Amino acid sequence: MMMSLGPYASFIVTSYAAAAVVVAILIGWVVLDHRSQTRRLRELDRSGITRRSGRSATDTPKAITRTIT
Amino acid sequence: MTLIDLANPTRFLALTARVLPWLAAATIALLAIGLYQSAVAPDDYQQGATVKIMFIHVPNAWLSMFVWGVMSIASLGTLVWRHPLADVAAKSAAPIGAAFTFLALLTGSLWGRPMWGTYWEWDARLTSVLILFLMYLGLMALWRAVDDPSRAARAAAVLTLVGAINLPIIKFSVDWWNTLHQPASVMRMGGSALDRSFLIPLLVMAIAFTLLFVTLHLAAMRNEILRRRVRSLQMIQASRIAFSSEMGAGSREGNASKEAGAA
Repeated sequence: MMMSLGPYASFIVTSYAAAAVVVAILIGWVVLDHRSQTRRLRELDRSGITRRSGRSATDTPKAITRTIT
Repeated sequence: MTLIDLANPTRFLALTARVLPWLAAATIALLAIGLYQSAVAPDDYQQGATVKIMFIHVPNAWLSMFVWGVMSIASLGTLVWRHPLADVAAKSAAPIGAAFTFLALLTGSLWGRPMWGTYWEWDARLTSVLILFLMYLGLMALWRAVDDPSRAARAAAVLTLVGAINLPIIKFSVDWWNTLHQPASVMRMGGSALDRSFLIPLLVMAIAFTLLFVTLHLAAMRNEILRRRVRSLQMIQASRIAFSSEMGAGSREGNASKEAGAA
């Protein structure tokens, strides 16, 4: 079934497309930022820099979960 | 895990790792249902199909204010309780709130052109939301301008709480002034003025966008904690390098004075 959007279809389609683009940018920002921070932590870990707690800088949430449960 | 445990960033990271996949799945499912319901919703007898813009515009407009509200509570956490995650929460929410406010302004403008005959009007509702958008950008600039996160957090918290004055102005602008923007039609005394065929898709989309915010916010907070961890480790690295170079310079000076004494 073809949806009819009437004479103002371009306004409706542009609104939904803009929302999709902005949400995609937000998701991309969060994912790329996470990769970037994790990579920098790994590099620091490889160079022998550790946290005061003695934990590895690259402690992943999984590893953390194991330590607190 | 109690609420106080979340003050520990490491435990917070563990929690986000567990809940983020579930939140993301729930967001995708609700967005899919909401988009389907929006697509099959009937045309309005006056607005025609342009009423479909409402299903995007209204959730973003709600969230533009809700996110500032979250940031205001977080700012109280920074200034009053000095909660370690409060400024992380406020800082991470700002870009997401700015994006929702931008979408509210853009979709409102695209809805206004066919309905009002203009993309923009300097009326109280539109102007106060534009001010909110500029305040989001100002806060983001402030956080970027100050290197020390704790100093930036205090200044940003004060600015956020002052900016919260704009929230009731936005909400009640349509009642206090004669505006082109329509008055409240969902949350108002006497119940919603919307027909169920519009109200249900609107509420589903509003919940879906709220879940999207919660998901993105938790993920952005996790990134901010990792960024601060990177920063502190880089400072340790820099101090070690400085210490070892000082030691090297000291031993060279010692050797030089011994050599001078021997001569």
